[in-house]
This record gives sequence, C-alpha cells and structure tokens, in this order.
Amino acid sequence: MTKDLIVPVAEGLYCPPGNFHIDPWRPAALAVITHGHSDHARWGSGAYLCHEDCAPILRRRLGDVRIETLRYGESRDIGEVRLSLHPAGHVIGSAQVRIEHRGEVWVASGDYKLETDGVSAPFEPVPCDVFITESTFGLPIYRWRPQAEVMADINSWWAENARAGRASVMQAYGLGKAQRLLKHLDANIGPIVCHGAIEPLNQIHRDLGIALPPTFNVGALDKPGLSRCFALAPPHAVQSGWIRRFGDHSDAFASGWMRLRGNRRRRGVDQGFALSDHADWPGLLQAIAATGAERILVTHGSGEALSRYLREKGYDARPMATEYGDEEGEAEPNVDADTDGA
Amino acid sequence: MKTFATLYRRIDAATSTQHKRQALIDYLRLAVGDPEQYASAAWTVYFLAGGKPRQMISTKLLRQLALEATDLPEWLLDECYHSVGDLAETLALLLPPPTRVEDAPLDLWMNERLLPLRERDDAERLAALRGWLDAMPSDDRLPFFKLVTGEMRIGVSKLQMTQAIAQATELDAKLVAQRMMGYTQANRAPQAQDFVALVAPAEAGEDGRPLRGQPYPFFLAHPLQAPLSAFPELLGPVDDWLVEWKFDGIRAQFIHRAGEWWLWSRGEELVSDSFPELAALVDFLPDDIVLDGELIVVAPRSDARSAVDDLSDLRPFSELQQRLGRKVLTPKMLRDRPVALIAYDLLEKDGHDLREKPQRERRVLLEEVVSRAHSCAMQVGADLPLRLSPALTQPDWESFARQREEARARGAEGMMLKAMNAPYGVGRQKSGANLWWKWKLDPMSVDAVLIYAARGHGRRSGVYSDYTFGVWSGPPEQTDRTLLPFAKAYSGLSDEEMRKVDATIRRTTIENFGPVRSVRPTMVFELGFEGIGASNRHKSGIAVRFPRMLRWRQDKPVEDADTIEALRALLPGGGA
Repeated sequence: MTKDLIVPVAEGLYCPPGNFHIDPWRPAALAVITHGHSDHARWGSGAYLCHEDCAPILRRRLGDVRIETLRYGESRDIGEVRLSLHPAGHVIGSAQVRIEHRGEVWVASGDYKLETDGVSAPFEPVPCDVFITESTFGLPIYRWRPQAEVMADINSWWAENARAGRASVMQAYGLGKAQRLLKHLDANIGPIVCHGAIEPLNQIHRDLGIALPPTFNVGALDKPGLSRCFALAPPHAVQSGWIRRFGDHSDAFASGWMRLRGNRRRRGVDQGFALSDHADWPGLLQAIAATGAERILVTHGSGEALSRYLREKGYDARPMATEYGDEEGEAEPNVDADTDGA
Repeated sequence: MKTFATLYRRIDAATSTQHKRQALIDYLRLAVGDPEQYASAAWTVYFLAGGKPRQMISTKLLRQLALEATDLPEWLLDECYHSVGDLAETLALLLPPPTRVEDAPLDLWMNERLLPLRERDDAERLAALRGWLDAMPSDDRLPFFKLVTGEMRIGVSKLQMTQAIAQATELDAKLVAQRMMGYTQANRAPQAQDFVALVAPAEAGEDGRPLRGQPYPFFLAHPLQAPLSAFPELLGPVDDWLVEWKFDGIRAQFIHRAGEWWLWSRGEELVSDSFPELAALVDFLPDDIVLDGELIVVAPRSDARSAVDDLSDLRPFSELQQRLGRKVLTPKMLRDRPVALIAYDLLEKDGHDLREKPQRERRVLLEEVVSRAHSCAMQVGADLPLRLSPALTQPDWESFARQREEARARGAEGMMLKAMNAPYGVGRQKSGANLWWKWKLDPMSVDAVLIYAARGHGRRSGVYSDYTFGVWSGPPEQTDRTLLPFAKAYSGLSDEEMRKVDATIRRTTIENFGPVRSVRPTMVFELGFEGIGASNRHKSGIAVRFPRMLRWRQDKPVEDADTIEALRALLPGGGA
C-alpha cells in the first residue's frame, strides 16, 4: 500500500507529499481552508489557500493575512501533488479538497450538505480512492425535512407572531445559516432586523452577488416595526441587552440539533427548527457512495458509529481524530453548537 | 390521535406554566362544547393527569418493530437510543414516513385498538402496529409512542389539570379536585360519561362530598426551612400548633361507609387489596367515617397492646417497600410484616364532612374514635392495626427542636406542624396561615466521589446527568484502597453545574459500557440522604434512601472524600 496522502498530525490534517495542512487547528506554513467557520479557519498560519468566495470571510476573521484563492475545479500543483477545490454546499465558498498524487486521489470533504440552499454552490460528488468525510450528524435519527418545508414553517411562525404583535427572534449561526434564512424569508410579512455581529457577513454575501432582502439595525425601527419584525441574532446575543429592545417576543433556534426534543427543551426557546448546513444520515451515505471510494475516514461527530456501520457494509472505514469537535462533546449541544454552524 | 397529538405538541413546546395552562384550557373548552369529543377527552384528561394503563406493548416488541422497519443493526438502534435518551422519541425519529394517512379519535385508539392488544400474541401485535404506523403522520408518532410506552413526561401535574378543568368549566377547583379523585387509576378505561361527570355543572347540594368509596383530596404539607430563631415570628406560640412526628411510611386514607371499606394511597391509587389486615378496623370503627394517616410496618405480635399511641415497634420504610408491588401477598409476608394505620386526622364522621372544622376540634373527635375502637379491641384481646399519632407537647420551639433530634431513633423523619385553628385544605395550598408544615431533620450526608456516569432522559437527554458515587474502602494511608459504589443520584445540581460536570466526565472517561462511562475519580460531592440500611445490591454493602447532591465540593481533593467507615457509623446502631 502506498503512503497516506493525508495524515492527522499535531497541527491538523497534513499532506506529506504536498507539505501543507488542511484546516489546521495550530499554525502551519500553508493552510488550505475548506470554509470560513472558526473551527476550520484558525489564526496564525503563514499562508492560506481557499476558494475565492471564502477569502473575504477569512480577511474579516483573521485580518491582514496572506491569502491565495482558487475557483472551483481550478487546479494547482503544490509539491508533488495536484490540488483542486470542489463545491461542498456547506456555506458560501466552502470546498472539498481534492488531492491527486501519482494516480491516487483523496478528497477531504470539510463540512458539507447535499441540499441546494440558494446561497452556496451546490455540493458536487468527486470520484476518489479515499474520502475523508465529516459526520456531525452521523446517526440515523438525523433526517432533514426539505428546506422548502422548514422555511414555510418558519415563515408561518413569523406571520403568526406578526399578527399577534410580537417580534420573532431567531437564534442562528452568523455565517451561512443566517444568510440561508434571509434568502428564504418572506419579506412581505414585516421588516428584518440583523444583529451587529451578522450584518457584516450579510454585506460580504451581497458583495459576492447573493441577493438578500433588506435588513435593518434594531435602532432603525419604530415600535410598530419592531412588533412585527423578524430578528436574527447569534446565540450569544440573546443574553445581552439587545434582546430587550423587542419587549414581548417569541424566540426560536435554527439548527440540526433541534431535531431532538431534549435539545429544544434545554435551549428554552419557543420553537426549534431543525435546519442544518450539514449532511443528514441519508445525505452522508449518499455522498460517500457517490465518491466510489472504498476507504473512508470519518472526522468529527459520530465517527465511531458511522465507521462501524460502513465497515459492516463492506467499506474500509475508520474514525480519524481531529479537533473540529472532540467526538460527541461538541456534537452534543450542551457545548454550544454555534461553533460549527450546525 | 390528531387532536391529542396537537395538544401534546402545544404543551410540550410551551416554555411557561401559563402557556401550558392556556393550551389545556383551550382544549377543554372545545371538548366540553362538543359531545362527540367526550369519549376521547376522557382519555386525554386521564393521560395528561398522569394516568398510566398497564403496558400494552412491550419495549422489546417496539424495538423489534423499529429494527424491521429501518433495517438498522441493533447496536445502531442502541446508539441512537442513548443519544436521544427516550425510546418513544427514538422510534418516532427513526421510522420511515407513512405511505398513507388516516386519523382516528383517541378513544377508538385506546378502546378498540391498543387495550385489546393485551389479548393478542406478539406476531399479531407487530402486524397491527405496522399497519397503524404506516398510516400515521410523522408528527403524531411521538405522542403515540409516549402513550404506548406509558412515559408521558410532559410536565402537566394532576393539580394543573384540575385547575385547568375548573377554569374551563368555571367550576370550583375544590369540587373538581374531588371529582378527579381516583380518575387516573391504573386499570381504568375512562368513558364519555366519566368526562361528563368531571365537567358537569355543580348539582344543587353537591358540596364536594365524595360518594361511596371515593376519597377526599389529601391536604399536603410544605417543607419548613426557616431557622429556629424565626419560628416565634413565623408560627407564633407553640400552643397554636398541633405537633406530631413525621412518619416515614405511606400516606393513606381509610374509608368506612355503608359497611364497606376502601384504602387510598396519596398517589390516588386504591390499595385496599395490598393491605387486607386493615379489614379488621371495620369491626371496631363506626360506619361512615374517614381517617387520614400513615401506613407503616410494625413488629408482629398477637396480643393486644395497652396504649393506643404506642410507637415503640415501628419498622423502617424498606420493610414496607417489600410489601408494595407484590401480586401475591403470602401469609408469611402478612405475618412477618404486618402494617398498622397511624391515624392523624378525621375527615368524616357519621357521614358529615368535617374538613371545615378547625384542627383542634377534629383532633378531639379523632382521639375519641380511635380510643374507643382501641378499647373495644382490647376487650376481645385483638391487636387492632390502628394507632393514634401522639400529639407532642413542649413549652417552646427550642424544646421541640431538641425533641426532634430523637426522630430517627423513633423511625420518624422529623415533625409535622399543623395550625390548631385551620381547616383541612385541598392539595398543596400556596400560602396563608393555615398550612401544614413538615419540619424534617437535616439529611445525613457524606462526601463521595463520582465514579460512573450515565446519560439522562427527557430534558437531560444526551447529558451525563445520572451518577454513581463511591466512598473509600479504607483510610488514606492504605495504599491499595478502592472506591466502593453505594448510591446513585441525579438531582441537586444547577444546569450550569451539570454542564461543567458533564464536560469533566467526557474529559476523564476511562471506559464506555453502553450508556455508562467509568471516569477517573476527580470530583467530590456532598451527598445527602434520608435513610440508610444494609444491602447486598451495592459492593459497599450499604444502601441509602433518597440520595441527592447537596453540594459539589470543588474545594475537596478526592483523597479527602469519606470512607466506608463514615457511612457505617450512620447505620442504625452505629454499624457495630
């Protein structure tokens, strides 16, 4: 057997023949970044390589760092390997990393989902020999309803609140989930307020040509406006004074974790909408099958369960330790789920 | 099922008691106005007020159903269950979507489908379930499985249900409480007329007095936690209070009407059959009488005793437990562990409801009734299983506090304080001067080490919230000492603390055994408990009652946790 093209080392996933890291959790010389969430794009590396739509997010998050970009499908030779990026459908600019070395092909998925969300480029299966997959929701209890249905529920929740004269406050991760919601909200129901931590990310999307409905700062609305608005905030903001501006309101949380009743109860919100930017169980299985790979390495989430299931189906599968969420510790939302845009 | 499922979801999603109550009231108002719904409403009230029919479908069968329908390996079903923490929800999440949709009201589900399943074999049950589930909307499945597994856990109490009915019907809450007595008994199948009887307008002269074998709602006590120094201001002089021991048995109401007798537990279950020796009371008590008191195991004897308030022979609660939940009571059990009713209140005499009379008057009447029964029994040489709870007297609260220290030695948990001028209330009254107070001893406690953890259920599903604790087998100088498990506890921590403990457990895991993890000993907790006894269930040889976490001793290194000797010293008799 030839040597592995990607191995876990202290800094993160490392490609020896290319001498670079993928989403390193400690500083590296060259960091190939799959997407802009904070547990994948960390500070301190010498240079960054990512999709061109991911670059403005990295700049905002990491400041003035050296960034090179690729378009989807465009390839670059690094060391002894040929590298290219392919749409992962997770958030804007998210990419699977394809690495080819002497005829062998490895793909590291980063985070991905199969459903087209209207904001990020749709997931494309990439044939390969070895597939490194995420498994944030790697149990069969996780099955998403179609986005159109969930968004219809969210819009009718908003409409009902608006009729009753109270604001609808939605907690959601600021990069990806927020813009996906915005894209599909029915702006005819009322005005949309975005928390200060989310608005700059909206602007990045608009600059990249994604049409989003108009959004307001909370201070820009009068009382009648606030009483029928839809307000988007990152989960940490709901404990702040910001939330008090809305007076009597209904609150909700949009995340794949909301599929479970215990999580909804713990969140203590009126409504939990199971809307995720990660693949569900059928999605993971479908994506894995579509690569044609026989060897599967499973990172964060329910790695053990998914690998065992795949092994029983005849794959050569095993978990791969990463720090994108230490096994179920981060996968279970008592540790805040908002680090990975779940 | 759809109406019930919709109500279930609305209650389940409610984040405040107010929203919950409103959901109930809205439902009840519609049901009361629509005779077609009475039969299903009878079941809805039954389930939400805590009724649990005997199991209709076994857990094993439900698992089999899930494995067939999903084609998953069994270990993966377990993995899902451990992650969700609730079988009903796991099933609801895993089953494939329905291929068609039909709806049937709850009473039809119960009376014609689910209850008859008990008479079928497993293959027939599976086939029936498969067909029904294939026609059930995904949203209705969680309430459905909750119902068949008998684990509603939706946070509605019988009291809330009573108040909601009262509010929806504009009836007096006391009257509704009376009508609700016994409604949720296990083997009942409530019918439309039962619902009608709950919500019907009050009849002339209907003052909430129960008929035949029906009990009165129990009056419940509040914990008294004020410091002794605050007693004079809070309670006034000791003469205003009836002070009694707080017994560690089962609260029960003994009813003797028209020559028959009934015994009801505080959980509103009819338990006459479990305590047949109380039939002897009928021969010595007058007709049309209702006693409130405590059932407790006493030392067996055959001759009559001299004093009606003799408490020298009370046995611990663990002996009473051995009599509960038995299908067959052997003569040996009845002989070795006889019970007595320690009476402490008289609710009805000569068919008259005495509850509005002050405690002082009820006490006098109670003493008369019990003493007369006792002396009649004496004359024929019978040991009547009836005692009088002694009224304790002391000159001041300090003296009562000193006497309270003897409680454990007498098999009591503390004292009860009842206002002499107060009527007998309904349920746990919110406030006012007429409360019953339970003034319990501080729990016994040791500092113990967390050694195993399991994930919780319901609101705590997925979180490591159920812990096993151990104490050291020997003193620190003993180098090969180990931690001996002796108690499990899951309550007493704030959500915040539990999050931290959960994170520590994940960091310090040694091994996984299914849903349980062993952890490196790093955390010490002050563990409180109400009783202690020898046991062969735990390696330590000791079992404790009502263990809970009093405090997380983050200041204490594990080496300083208590030893088995400290526990043994708490055993009755000092563990000699």
